[in-house]
Amino acid sequence: MPKNDSIEVEGKIKEALGNAMFRVELPGGKLIIAHISGKMRVHYIRILPGDTVKVELSPYDLNRGRIIYRKK
Amino acid sequence: MDAVAGSIELKTPKEIGWMREAGQIVARTLSLLEASMQPGMSTWDLDQIARQELEKSGAKAAFLRYRGYPAVLCVSVNDEVVHGIPRKDKIIREGDIVSLDFGAVVNGFYGDAAITVGVGAISEKASELMKITETALVKGIAAARHGGRIGDISNAVQTYAESFGKSVVREFIGHGIGRRLHEDPAVPNYGPSGQGPRLAAGMTLAIEPMINDGGSSVRILEDQWTAVTADGSLSAHFEHTIVLTESGPEVLTKRYAEK
Repeated sequence: MPKNDSIEVEGKIKEALGNAMFRVELPGGKLIIAHISGKMRVHYIRILPGDTVKVELSPYDLNRGRIIYRKK
Repeated sequence: MDAVAGSIELKTPKEIGWMREAGQIVARTLSLLEASMQPGMSTWDLDQIARQELEKSGAKAAFLRYRGYPAVLCVSVNDEVVHGIPRKDKIIREGDIVSLDFGAVVNGFYGDAAITVGVGAISEKASELMKITETALVKGIAAARHGGRIGDISNAVQTYAESFGKSVVREFIGHGIGRRLHEDPAVPNYGPSGQGPRLAAGMTLAIEPMINDGGSSVRILEDQWTAVTADGSLSAHFEHTIVLTESGPEVLTKRYAEK
């Protein structure tokens, strides 16, 4: 379950950076760097540029996040 | 009715629970707005993000249609003090400081908070002003104790801000909050300690210092809402909704980064 106070937002994958990192565009246009959650890696969920994903933003570094869900 | 509290309504634990829920929605939305902020976007874009977040949470907007206010969010850039109306032609630029004031309603109970955010690299003067304003808020909250007086809060904020040569806006003040966005008592950010209504556990207050880099006077623009500093100096604004308990104040709109 997501932590109650984390900030979840829907974003769009812009670019694959390797190392399971992606550049994600937030609503409003800001680009952040996000990595794939461990659970998604274990289940081998692939992510491609153009996909819509759910991102959990880091409260410590607002330019980073964690991808927790890929929308179909 | 508690004679000490006078006309100030004390909230029940259940009501405080709803206010905490509203406060957490406000806190999350402000953090999201801070994360989404970038040069080139308009203040209207920020309002749209806040609207989406509200819709997702199921809470109601506190500001929309309040005395005819047209948006869910107040965005006040640089010399704008408070109540900036989001506009499509108001573009945020690198180096700006942007105050975001947001409120939500859960089960008829309100949460209200504000932060000021720097965009990209900002001047030292601006970041100092933001830091002083945020600390002034922390000092004000710390001064809110069961059995104390409203003036204790006012004085803590004013003393701290003025010790750095900054000035406190007089035209706008903090307020009681709960069943309505603005309730009794008034919580000024200036004045002597030990005076004003007595504070009691169960009171819910919105403390919101607005601190100017220059003089304290402000004027209202033609849109009837936006307040700007009279001398064009920078202004910062931080706000929290708190509840007083026997053991001290609890911040209902605490953001994750503050925990």
